[in-house]
Amino acid sequence: MSSSIRGARSGYDSNSLRAPSPRYGEKIIIGLLFGAAAVSVAVTVGIVISLFAPLPQFFAQVSIVEFLTGQLWAPSFINPSFGIQPLVAGTLQVVFYALIVGIPLGLGAAIYLSEYASVRVRKIIKPVLEVLEGLPTVATGLFAVFWFKPLIQELTPWLEWTSPFSIGVAGITVGIIIIPLIASVSDDAMRAVPVALREGAYALGANKMRVAIKVVVPAAISGIVASFVLGASRAVGETMIVLLVAGGGSPQLKIGFTEPAGAMTAFIASRATGEIAVGTIDYYTIFAVGALLFLMTLTMNMIAIRFVNKFREVYD
Amino acid sequence: MANKIPARASKAASVAAAVNSSIYKGSNTKAEIQGMAFRLVLLSALGIALIMIFSIVAWAVVEGGARVNPGLFLNNPSSFRPEQAGYRPAILGTVQLITGVIVVIVPLGIGAATYLELFADRTRWYNRVVELNIQNLAGVPSIVFGILGLAFIVRGVFDLGFVVAAGSATIAILVLPTVILASREAIRAVPSSLLDGALALGATRWQAVWKMVLPSAAPGMLTGVILAVARAIGEAAPLLLVGAATFVTFDPNFWSDGYSALPVMIYSYAGRPQAEFHTLAAAGVLVMLVVLFFINSIAVWLRARFERTW
Repeated sequence: MSSSIRGARSGYDSNSLRAPSPRYGEKIIIGLLFGAAAVSVAVTVGIVISLFAPLPQFFAQVSIVEFLTGQLWAPSFINPSFGIQPLVAGTLQVVFYALIVGIPLGLGAAIYLSEYASVRVRKIIKPVLEVLEGLPTVATGLFAVFWFKPLIQELTPWLEWTSPFSIGVAGITVGIIIIPLIASVSDDAMRAVPVALREGAYALGANKMRVAIKVVVPAAISGIVASFVLGASRAVGETMIVLLVAGGGSPQLKIGFTEPAGAMTAFIASRATGEIAVGTIDYYTIFAVGALLFLMTLTMNMIAIRFVNKFREVYD
Repeated sequence: MANKIPARASKAASVAAAVNSSIYKGSNTKAEIQGMAFRLVLLSALGIALIMIFSIVAWAVVEGGARVNPGLFLNNPSSFRPEQAGYRPAILGTVQLITGVIVVIVPLGIGAATYLELFADRTRWYNRVVELNIQNLAGVPSIVFGILGLAFIVRGVFDLGFVVAAGSATIAILVLPTVILASREAIRAVPSSLLDGALALGATRWQAVWKMVLPSAAPGMLTGVILAVARAIGEAAPLLLVGAATFVTFDPNFWSDGYSALPVMIYSYAGRPQAEFHTLAAAGVLVMLVVLFFINSIAVWLRARFERTW
């Protein structure tokens, strides 16, 4: 019996569970697929090398203390100065205004989506919200320059509008475009909260609003915090809106809603647009500022990933 | 007796209702008003987002709508005649750029997603590294990819110079995490019983993946690629660093010097002082928005056409 099977396919041992052929082709394919996945690691390594390799040359000419604590950013002046605080202050102001706008609106949208909207409404609203995130930031930025800033100027005549640029308007605009991000991450977190928790609260006589605010939001808080951190990280990294609305940068440290201020991203973009010779200190500033930017967003993203994983663990 | 009970019961019920409303009426209406106000606040959050989308489109149409004419697409840019300037080299640059992006992201994105979802052993440290790495890469600011492109692709290892190919590679790397994440989602939506069934019938793992899982996940993956392309079209910041900011009046060539891209050209027009150039920038935005609208519609259509519930 077994010999007749063996005869049908010579060399095949029917008692063995091993594959009849080693299938080298498939191993190669799987190797290629792994290669495709490994490209992303190569990209990260490339980013780290490209940002940090030029730093020794930069810090050979600029002391790291001056870089981090200096309050004048003027790399192309005759007496150049490399204090990064004005750029960091610009970035932090954008983040501040963006979060003031983005947190309540994003969280509000998320509560509506997860607690109030019917399945049908959700199906319509979610993709529409994503449109806002997907709009090219050049378009959003130009709209902010030509329509949104004049509008805010009209609404707030008591502020001193002296500059064509405004860090505050840039921050508000960024805040509006991070609504979808905050909303979708928070919404995911709130939908992961078990229905039993809500039903328990209803049974105790709570109404919908109380359930949303006192039960669902606290239960989903780690995911919600993650969404805020991600929103802040997105605001730190936003380039075109900040560049268009807040300007490429001013050398002094400036704080104020109507002030022009350069953020780190906007500085890199404006510096790169002009012609700069490779190997000059001017050229290296791009990498020094980029490295700091990368470290800031990396830290924030790691924190956010931690928080997201936390809420997954609790309710899965 | 028997017919009296319902009458009594209904009377009791109405009394109970009256008592109930007299006791709780005040607090109830207050809570109701509060609840309604809360709902209104939530809706206004969504409303602001919607108004923003509408306003941006309205700005492009109002400021740039009248400027859309054949010359806008066919004419070369001009630094002193805004009425006749156009986006020709920028549009050609973007078309070449996106073609390059698609060629890179389809195999790499889908390959990586297939590996991570269907072949990777999660207990191995290197697979976890890849996983965490992709999550992080998705959050890196786009301008940082520009720096990578400048250091590694324009100069450094690849040394391509300021050419379309360099811009293409930079943008492809930038949108790659998006494609990988979307493709993984598409694969995860395919029930594992399909894979298990194929394996049970004696297919090798690769045969099962290639013949059963990937075809079922294809529409979802395609949607991911399309959305990545939509993002790639509007991306300006990294391109500023890899050479698209140059003022060119000739048609770009994929491998040789000098190119521009639509969003970058819009940015550079907008930076000029004359109002005519601002109109031109708005017209450029309008063109870009129309293109994006079509691309997104294709994605939505694909999703609706091929969506399956298993």
